[in-house]
Amino acid sequence: MSEPALAIEELCYRYGEKVALDAISLQLDRGEFVAVLGPNGAGKSTLMALLTRLLLPATGSVRVFGHSLCRQPGAALARVGVVFQESTLDLDLSVEQNLHYHGALRGMSARSLRPRIREELRRFGVDDCARLRMRQLNGGHRRRVELARALLHRPSLLLLDEPTAGLDPNVRRSLRDHVRELCAEDGVAVLWTTHMLDEVEARDSVVFLHRGEQLASGNCGGLLARHRAPDAHRLFDKLMAVAP
Amino acid sequence: MNAAPYWYCFLGILGREARRFLQQKSRFAASLVRPMLWLAVFAAGFRSALGIAIIAPYSTYITYEVYIVPGLVGIILLFNGMQSSLSMVYDREVGSMRILLTSPLPRAFLLACKLLSGAIVALLQVYAFLLVARLFDVTPPLQGYLLALPAVLLAGLMFGALGLLLSSLIRQLENFAGVMNFVVFPMFFLSSALYPLWKMRESSELLYSICQFNPFTHAVELIRYALYGQFNLPALGLCSLLTLLLLGAAIVGYDPRRGLLRRKLAA
Repeated sequence: MSEPALAIEELCYRYGEKVALDAISLQLDRGEFVAVLGPNGAGKSTLMALLTRLLLPATGSVRVFGHSLCRQPGAALARVGVVFQESTLDLDLSVEQNLHYHGALRGMSARSLRPRIREELRRFGVDDCARLRMRQLNGGHRRRVELARALLHRPSLLLLDEPTAGLDPNVRRSLRDHVRELCAEDGVAVLWTTHMLDEVEARDSVVFLHRGEQLASGNCGGLLARHRAPDAHRLFDKLMAVAP
Repeated sequence: MNAAPYWYCFLGILGREARRFLQQKSRFAASLVRPMLWLAVFAAGFRSALGIAIIAPYSTYITYEVYIVPGLVGIILLFNGMQSSLSMVYDREVGSMRILLTSPLPRAFLLACKLLSGAIVALLQVYAFLLVARLFDVTPPLQGYLLALPAVLLAGLMFGALGLLLSSLIRQLENFAGVMNFVVFPMFFLSSALYPLWKMRESSELLYSICQFNPFTHAVELIRYALYGQFNLPALGLCSLLTLLLLGAAIVGYDPRRGLLRRKLAA
């Protein structure tokens, strides 16, 4: 049996006395799309920092394709692509230079990177911007470059922290479509955090977070039916009403 | 172990440092103008006030310009170390540090690459300055330029490691002015960069002792000796040891369990 793309068990994190995440567990299989939903301050960014080893958990474990993030960080991180909520591009470098730098950090040679960069920029429709400085690009294009960059090393697990924040509805939709294509066609597992509840579809797996607690998780359509909620917004309200 | 990914990673980090440096033309100009001002103005004013006896490693009487050039090389390296530290704090604030830290390669290796890249960029500045210094009749023997290379690189690594450690401790960019006031200037003035230590001893035994403990003094003396074809073993030992200690402390500072990221995310 193949290992799940991501297996999180009983993950806890505290900032001093304040509990940021409390016993979070979830599993993500190849090609699966899971949305982590919650308002600002729910713990989504802390979860992302733990999944990328910017922070280490107080207790609990994270495994990426069977590799423990704590004990085998190199093997685990090699399979992961990330887009953080805040832009992490170097605005003084060109699009190409940013991508080259990222690839090099993952041990890729300049020769192997050149075709990959062209391919990924083309996939996101920004190949004509390759030589432009990042500063010259608008927010939507910068996000696409970040997605292209996250895919350079062909990750099998993509972690996206509020990737559509600050973008207009058309760009949001187009990014969502691209990512869903990745799941369906390339078998990439995607963990997508967002506070915009309209970004999930009934077929998606979802995890509702609130103040670090996992309120509910499962298939979105199933949860809607079980709680007799017409949409994700109402569902979240209902879950909040019974939250401790 | 396959070494190729490590090599490509180093090349990538070095390329980014070099590109950023070459794109910031004002930074290159400032790194040259600053020591030139000391050499052209300060040294001219002090030449008559400060007589220099024959001291090692020089074999004859020297002008004050000749004396302060190794110290000015030191200040270029120290400024560069602080500059790369500043860029680490900046990278952290704008988020691009996360890209470095989420690389699957070991974090200690990434920080060492960053350090070495910064020191190589500093080498370019130092040799540009040494060439210009020839216009001021500072003409060390030609083989001195070659012999000074490892000394300059080591001093660059030491100050880079100090910068790296500071960057792991500083929370915000705004705190950086304090570093300049409390680290750079005291290190520069309380050293053998501008005056030989026996001169300092004549005025204060305490200041003399502080100068002797200052790592900047040892870096400057290492470079001074190497530039004139001599080897200063105690300075080499001390600089090597300090570089390792500072880098080790910086690696601990960037550890996800205790470092800045924990504080930054908690803020």
